[in-house]
Amino acid sequence: MRTLPHWADVVLIPLISLLLAGFLSALVVLAIGENPWAAFKLMVEGSLMRSAGWGYTLYYATNFIFTGLAVAVAFHARLFNIGGEGQAIVAGLGVALVCLYIPWPHWSIALIGATVAAGLFGALWAFIPAYLQAERGSHIVITTIMFNFIAAALLNYVLVNLLRPAGAMDPASASFPEATHLPTFQSMFSTAETPLFRGAPANVTFFLALIACVLVWLLIWRTKLGYEIRSFGQSETAANYAGIHPKRTIVIAMLISGALAGMMSINTTMGEAERLVLNSVEGAGFIGIAVALMGRNHPFGVLLAALLFGFLYQGGAELALWTDIPRELIVVIQALVIMFTGALDNMVRMPLESLFAMMRRRNS
Amino acid sequence: MDFLDILQVLDSSVRLATPLLLACLAGLFSERAGVIDIGLEGKMLVAAFFSAAIAYMSGSVWVGLLAGIAASVALSLIHGLASITFRGNQLISGVAINFLAAGMTVLVAQHWFEQGGRTPSLTGAGRFESVTLPLSETLKNVPILGPIYHELISGQFLLVYIAVLIVPLTWWVLYRTRFGLRLRAVGENPAAVDTAGISVTRLRYMAVIICGVLCGLAGAYLATALQAGFVKDMTAGRGFIALAALIFAKWKPWPAMWTCLLFGVLQAVALRYQNIEIGSFVIPVQFMDALPYILTVVILAGLVGRAVPPLAGGEPYTKER
Repeated sequence: MRTLPHWADVVLIPLISLLLAGFLSALVVLAIGENPWAAFKLMVEGSLMRSAGWGYTLYYATNFIFTGLAVAVAFHARLFNIGGEGQAIVAGLGVALVCLYIPWPHWSIALIGATVAAGLFGALWAFIPAYLQAERGSHIVITTIMFNFIAAALLNYVLVNLLRPAGAMDPASASFPEATHLPTFQSMFSTAETPLFRGAPANVTFFLALIACVLVWLLIWRTKLGYEIRSFGQSETAANYAGIHPKRTIVIAMLISGALAGMMSINTTMGEAERLVLNSVEGAGFIGIAVALMGRNHPFGVLLAALLFGFLYQGGAELALWTDIPRELIVVIQALVIMFTGALDNMVRMPLESLFAMMRRRNS
Repeated sequence: MDFLDILQVLDSSVRLATPLLLACLAGLFSERAGVIDIGLEGKMLVAAFFSAAIAYMSGSVWVGLLAGIAASVALSLIHGLASITFRGNQLISGVAINFLAAGMTVLVAQHWFEQGGRTPSLTGAGRFESVTLPLSETLKNVPILGPIYHELISGQFLLVYIAVLIVPLTWWVLYRTRFGLRLRAVGENPAAVDTAGISVTRLRYMAVIICGVLCGLAGAYLATALQAGFVKDMTAGRGFIALAALIFAKWKPWPAMWTCLLFGVLQAVALRYQNIEIGSFVIPVQFMDALPYILTVVILAGLVGRAVPPLAGGEPYTKER
């Protein structure tokens, strides 16, 4: 037996991977002639030291919680949903339709309506790849990638030809009516004498994301369906013998995953832009992969990792504002995190395993 | 639309199909050896940047080409390290490589040139010229064949001809050499190859390196031939179209060429005509953009023919101990 203790698997390995990614990122910053420590301090100041910074950090984190949960749920069924991007794009369309064409009396009811629409549209976009994987064995990674591009083309068509108000130049829908505007953190937490989260886009959707974390935890570890999804992911043959329907499990896991990815569009479309724009997802679907990998597919881990990436995004924007470091530094850090926590997992794991094995031998 | 219009569309189709074809053949080598590569896009992107940047600095497009290939191969080796040596998830590694390329190219471009993530425009010897084939002018007035030769076959970039030549070469290597046989075997049944005393690791690394070289050519073509310089994210999803073409072509070299040409025609038509009107029915340009992906999903669904990937694709090989 060469297994690691549970805590090492859950805490130590992600931490080491993160440190490696951070170290390499620091080298990159050094290589382009900037001071990594100063850059880091600037990032912390811009994203965590002021409430407005937190407002942005939490706004980004909200997106990443949803997409991270989406990837994590699919991972539990050993499905790699790389299509969060497309699912969120199509869900944005659903949110926009619901907000534009249904006269909502109050934002709270509108939010419920938008959540249902986002979930349905996201799940719908995940359904075809899921069905093709289950019934025809078409590789879900490839089909979801293709569906990302198809979704982008679809949104472009709908915005340019159908939803764009007459006379408007940029491909975007009309602004949503007042009644659908979600309360921002600024309006929720500011008092007359202490304004908080000034101008930041964080809104009530963040709490929806927290609820989603709890619900996903309940689903995966406390329900029969979650048990089926996990068993299927652990071993398809064993699940088969246990009477778990493989095709059904694939489709349901992907529908949930798609719905979760879709819900991020509530935050961007209804919460922030208050209209549907062409590029509202901005790669959050892909960051979900990094977040799920870092968070070890556990909702609590996903929450922490999403906060980390929220910090990186806001910090990166600050860096681009105050220094010559372009925002793309964040893309590099994201790539390194995905690389170390995902693909190069064994590089960290194998030496650790031998280390623990050695310690065990010495103790016995 | 007259004959000359059709020729011009075909001419631009060939230009646009070339990077797809090179990337598609790159993916073919890798995936036939059992290493799935969704990082084609990223490898093309770094090659595009480094070829343009070094061509600009050295003034020689050939030095640029070599630099582009070297950068692409470097990413290939990272992919190899993750997916062969450390038996990691090949898909995740590919995703990481795409992001690494997207971020690093802009970071380095900004650091070197400070032009918002692009390279200065290439001129003169820093860029590939189109090649005029012999007798192009003399044969121009021969009916039908003359214009075809003059407009379509002659006057392409050197890398276009090279790409077309790589197709039979790939076929020959895969189906007529010992290396090709082993390469295909390692993608179908690595254990059998291992039992025969041949190193699975070595073969897969070779495949991944060939993949890097071809992606390097594809990227260099984009930045030093098709366009005169690098701009941020200039591959614009071409690596994924190439991946789609690879599936559409069922992992075979000649079908890969025809598929890439077909996708090239789609891109050229979308570029030239925007919305196409057939009677009162209008095909929107976005539909043309999405068509390669839709076609691939149809093929993957097995509605038209069946695309069966190499058996051991995506599986890291663990030697029995």
